[in-house]
Amino acid sequence: MSVQHPLEHRHEAPGFWRKYLFSTDHKTIGIQYAITAMFFLLFGFALIMLIRWQLAYPGKPFPIPFLASLLGEARMVSGIMLPEFYNELGAMHGTIMIFLGVVPLAVGAFGNYVMPLQIGAPDMAFPRINMASYWAYFLGGIVMLGSFFVPGGAASSGWTSYPPLANIATQGQTFWLIGMVFLITSSLLGSINFIATIVQLRAKGLSFFRLPFFVWAQFVTAFLLLLAFPPLEAAGVLQLMDRLFGTSFFLPSGLVVGGKALEVSGGGNPLLWQHLFWFLAHPEVYVLILPAMGIVAEIIANNTRKPLWGYKPLVYSVLFLGFMSFIVWAHHMFITGMGTVMSTFFQATTMIISIPSVVILTSLIISLWGASIRYTVPMLFALAFLPMFGIGGLTGLPLGLASSDIHLHDTYYVIGHFHYVVAPGTLLALFAGVYYWFPKVTGRMMSEKLGKIHFWLSLIFINGVFLPMFFQGMAGVSRRLYDPTTYAYGKVVQPLNIVMSYSAWLLAVAQIFFLINLVYSIWKGEKASSDNPWDATTLEWATPTPPPHGNFLTPPEVYHGPYEYSVPGRKTDFLPQNQSE
Amino acid sequence: MMEIPYTVKPHPVTGVYNGKFGIWLFLASEVMLFGALFSAYVLLRVGADTWPRGSALLNVPLATLNTMLLITSSVTMVMSWASLKVNNFGKYRFYFASTIFLGLAFLVVKSFEYGAKFEHNHFPSTDTFYAIYFTLTGLHGLHVLGGILVNTYLLSTAKSMWNRDPEHMTNRIECAGLYWHFVDLVWIFLFPVLYLL
Ligand code: HEM
Ligand SMILES: [Cu+2]
Repeated sequence: MSVQHPLEHRHEAPGFWRKYLFSTDHKTIGIQYAITAMFFLLFGFALIMLIRWQLAYPGKPFPIPFLASLLGEARMVSGIMLPEFYNELGAMHGTIMIFLGVVPLAVGAFGNYVMPLQIGAPDMAFPRINMASYWAYFLGGIVMLGSFFVPGGAASSGWTSYPPLANIATQGQTFWLIGMVFLITSSLLGSINFIATIVQLRAKGLSFFRLPFFVWAQFVTAFLLLLAFPPLEAAGVLQLMDRLFGTSFFLPSGLVVGGKALEVSGGGNPLLWQHLFWFLAHPEVYVLILPAMGIVAEIIANNTRKPLWGYKPLVYSVLFLGFMSFIVWAHHMFITGMGTVMSTFFQATTMIISIPSVVILTSLIISLWGASIRYTVPMLFALAFLPMFGIGGLTGLPLGLASSDIHLHDTYYVIGHFHYVVAPGTLLALFAGVYYWFPKVTGRMMSEKLGKIHFWLSLIFINGVFLPMFFQGMAGVSRRLYDPTTYAYGKVVQPLNIVMSYSAWLLAVAQIFFLINLVYSIWKGEKASSDNPWDATTLEWATPTPPPHGNFLTPPEVYHGPYEYSVPGRKTDFLPQNQSE
Repeated sequence: MMEIPYTVKPHPVTGVYNGKFGIWLFLASEVMLFGALFSAYVLLRVGADTWPRGSALLNVPLATLNTMLLITSSVTMVMSWASLKVNNFGKYRFYFASTIFLGLAFLVVKSFEYGAKFEHNHFPSTDTFYAIYFTLTGLHGLHVLGGILVNTYLLSTAKSMWNRDPEHMTNRIECAGLYWHFVDLVWIFLFPVLYLL
């Protein structure tokens, strides 16, 4: 640094390393995030496909002997998955999907690539910190993957890592904690960058109430990441202390493990972990959903050719949602024996937080009213998001009331609830985003035909996976159960497991159409008709394609709100933000 | 080709340059980190049958000395920034080096304290009081160490940076100062909570 200052060398053509691996350009970093996150999504999906075999056919040998022998005796004995391995798969599926898949794709990839373009900025406020954020994420991913190979295997105490179980788990748990520290660092660096960029770097004329809704969603998301993750980091540090230095933050006195008294000082409190964890993890679920809502809002406005219905209510709702998400966390803990005062408070806040969710959903649905909708592939995915998120949100209400939650807690109903929000919800929205912004990134369109096949198959099978979960859960089947036929009530709904498993495997097949489409279209896709093939209004379409380093040829200036579609008396049915008239 | 605006000059509306805005956000997250740990402390203490009085177990005079060291270092930090503001690079160098030196002295005193505890077989695993004591002070110590490393780096590049872009240089010291004051502030909380209450 004493002689070099990279920012001042921007005009030189960067070498291979700087250009593709250690780039500070938000677009390259966004693409790096996208590729890595998609890999992790596939990997996490693969883990759960293994589990789906055990759930559909408990105790039957695995049908692919080659894979079974590859996994080895420590994980599968004569083709039958061991319970310990089952637990590893479950814990790591959740961890990978949330922290290494969906969030990095929704925030790291889409946020990084699109947000600076939409606000008319040349880059993020801190390009090198942006790069560091990606590499911290990458290292966190490596640590998590590596944990599968340590003695005893990967973490196996669920993505929630509840003590005392997690405290006494094998070494993989230590790796999990260290991996999380990297991931938390990454999202901390990222969120600082996002907020600073949105506040400081907006183009001339782009006031806050002219921001595209996607930017608002990223803005609130960044605040959630900034403020909610540190308590989990604190919790992680305490659990690391417990595991490495023998403290008892989460271990009560007199704990007996395997018939023997645990030799620790005791005096700790397992509930402390739950409080710290859910203080993060409830805001985290909004981190999973808000960017998806942002993407869907952009696509709906663009394909209905109308302004969004209720832009301001949308914005106020998302702000209110962000704020409220910090005071509902204990609805995950209703059965921990909290008093009625506590539970009343958290039931009330949980009911209150559903209001802005409903407002957002309603605004988006009313936006469709009377529109001549263009059924493009991104629009199909965006439309499907609405009912899927609706199911996910509505099924959350019974969970938010303690009396019904006592019955439903820790059953497949909960799994169904949150998957409806995150999988048929957020994932479909993320696909929508890929199809929508692909032409900006590559200058080519993705194939309509393959896209439609991908859409319909995904929609059908993803519901095939998750819809039956509600029925299993209401029948009493608990989550994290290695053999669902252990109990009589599980046997009754066991046939559903076979339906769900086949749906999951077919869902995987459906993704082949997506992958082929993605790779094929990068090189061979139909050329986009212009820099703005969707006739959109927001600033990302005002750049050359793909946008060069520095993004805009001349600093853009903004004259309108984000969704000036079908303005009466104009030749075209859209008025870009940067066109004065 | 567009350049990133407000890297050095303040934004006309927010009144701060990017770096300063960033450091404030970072400190907000740090408040949440230490806030969570303090909450953990409260919860553990409220849940405990007995809780020792910190002054009975810990070395209050040494901690008082350390408090003085850190407060002084915050003062020298401000002086170093103020010196740059009036274009006195020599004075900046003196005050900034003093800040680093005082930080180091803090760590040395702290390590003597730790050493004495270990000698008497008091470890994080001894009981919940020592567990939270070592965790909180350890994490704070790491923050001090981090600050010292960054400050040393800033000092080592100060001359060339000053010659090239004095305003940018002054901004950096301001940001480093904000962080340093925060670390100082955390200690101001830790000291009474752990040693006196
Ligand atoms: C809209 C209103 C919503 C309400 C009222 C609600 C309520 C709840 C409640 C009470 C639980 C705890 C259930 C239990 O463990 O017994 C829960 C679990 C969960 N929710 Fe929601 N939720 C809502 C929306 C969302 C959204 C938007 C997401 C994410 C994108 C989400 C993700 C989750 C996750 C991941 C869990 C389970 C965590 C676990 O135990 O592993 N929820 N929800
Ligand atoms: Cu929640």
